[in-house]
Amino acid sequence: MDVQPEAGGRLRITGACTVESVAAGSRQVRLLLRDSAHAELTADLSGITRLDTVGAVWLRRLPSLASEAGRGLHLAAAPASVQALIDSVDAGSPPAAGADSRDGTGFLEQVGEGAYRRFQAGLDFLYLASDLTWAAAATPFRRRGVRRGDFVRQSAVVGADGLPIVAVILFLVGGVSTLQAAAQLRRFGANVLVADLLSIGITRELGPLMTAIVIAGRSGSAFAAEIASMKFNEEIDALRTMALDPLRLVAVPKMWAMLLTLPLLTIAADFVGLLGGTVTGVLSLDISPQAFAGRVQSALLLKDVLTGLVKSLSFAWVITVVSVYRGLRAGGGAAGVGAATTSSVVSSIFAIIVLDLTWGLVFYL
Amino acid sequence: MTAAPPSGGLPPGEPVVEVRGLSVAYGEQAPPVLDGVDLTVRRGDMTCIVGGSGCGKSTLLKTVIGLVSPRAGDLGLLGEPLHELAEPERDALLKRVGVMFQYGAMLGSLTVAENVGLPLQMHTDLEPALIDDIVDTRLGLVGLAGSGGKLPSELSGGMRKRAALARAMALEPEVLFCDEPGAGLDPVTAAGIDRLLLSLNRGQGTTVVVVTHELLSIERLDGQLVMLDGGRVVFDGTVRAAREEQRDDLRRFFNPSAA
Repeated sequence: MDVQPEAGGRLRITGACTVESVAAGSRQVRLLLRDSAHAELTADLSGITRLDTVGAVWLRRLPSLASEAGRGLHLAAAPASVQALIDSVDAGSPPAAGADSRDGTGFLEQVGEGAYRRFQAGLDFLYLASDLTWAAAATPFRRRGVRRGDFVRQSAVVGADGLPIVAVILFLVGGVSTLQAAAQLRRFGANVLVADLLSIGITRELGPLMTAIVIAGRSGSAFAAEIASMKFNEEIDALRTMALDPLRLVAVPKMWAMLLTLPLLTIAADFVGLLGGTVTGVLSLDISPQAFAGRVQSALLLKDVLTGLVKSLSFAWVITVVSVYRGLRAGGGAAGVGAATTSSVVSSIFAIIVLDLTWGLVFYL
Repeated sequence: MTAAPPSGGLPPGEPVVEVRGLSVAYGEQAPPVLDGVDLTVRRGDMTCIVGGSGCGKSTLLKTVIGLVSPRAGDLGLLGEPLHELAEPERDALLKRVGVMFQYGAMLGSLTVAENVGLPLQMHTDLEPALIDDIVDTRLGLVGLAGSGGKLPSELSGGMRKRAALARAMALEPEVLFCDEPGAGLDPVTAAGIDRLLLSLNRGQGTTVVVVTHELLSIERLDGQLVMLDGGRVVFDGTVRAAREEQRDDLRRFFNPSAA
């Protein structure tokens, strides 16, 4: 394509106006518009030998391109076939600017709308949390609406299947904690207190916290993905039309499975964490295994283990509620399932840490 | 299984679905998807709700079965105001209704037999062995004998829809709603699904409401035709009457290649 200026403010466009040539032609037109002495120009299309849809859309945009440069421009002398294609892309053109109600929205309005949406989302979360908690609490007394065997299946998936990864991580965390504690305490000749620190750290904090984080990543995400894809495949709608409550049928077994298995996993995690710390301590601190283990045992308080279990129960509740909420709010097809999964993990971990801090204030302040 | 006409519920000819001035919109500020729709489906009718993509036919179906709340208008399902009912009454009403979703909506974590048996297991006190028997019979009736142990993901699109039909019929509903039963299927499979719907309607007297845009399916089902356009009902009558009407939109619908 070639664009040549002619007398009387005419721009003569010749050759093939197609996807390959439009970018170069557009640059040429911009330069000519900038340098033109005329306020009103005419684009002469009579020399166009070939036009495709991209070219037609570009030609249709030429007047607005000119107005950006402070000029007026109209199209002229288009052969019938060229005009027909321009008309056909006109028919498929998007609505004029301003038709979208969001265009005219001011900054404050957008902030207000965003705040209102978040407030609504917060209310929805609270409604769901109370509905799900109530449904879970009522289930032992009203079995109808829950499939037999679901609770056991979910417990196996969350608990038994999750145990190996929780054990490995806590063994390593126990070891790392011992090494870090030893590095500090050795300077004061207080090696023996490493075991005390390990006992307190694992049972009060790291056991429940790390287990919850691993399970939020492993099972909470799976809950969110499962529910989001059920929503995407209209399975949730199908349950509703069968007079079945998706919360009771899908979410309640998950809630009970999580409430049962997370504390059990936490007990296992405490044990493995202490084991990992003991192994590391014995290997790196010149303390006999019996002495280290004895010290660990004497520093171990039932209260610490129990507060860890209370924490893990609350973590189990929040992981389930958050993941079910994220799953049910998912939209937008396969990408929505992915987004629900990610946001469920992020929100769960955030909620776990906030809860952990709250319990810390309640138990130890 | 009951012989036609079905026992209990409303007598033949009574309205099963009655919609007056129904308006639906997705969002407070959004333009209405349905705008003043009137519709009556009578007991024993075979009704096809038709129209182009985006005309609001799936929204109408979802509103009638309670998945979408209307902005305005009255809606009666089996003589009850579905959207105004409390949960227990609403559930009781929905048990009298079967829904077959466009892609089957079979629960992916359950086998086909568990899917079909789910409504029976949840809503009746039937013995498990009897439920198994009923499920096998239902699957046999839709041509899926021996497929009960498979997961929905192991079925073809047509088999999944037939399984969904078996599940929708599990509680012997008085009215069956189907969203695009033939969409995405080869002509032979789609015709098979239509035959099943016809046998339910003519053989057992089940009221059937089908949302579709498949011309062949509309011809085969040969029932009441409700045409939507731009969120409004633009035709309500028999297929033959629609063909005889001298209207451009109906002519275009029945002969799209000439448009």
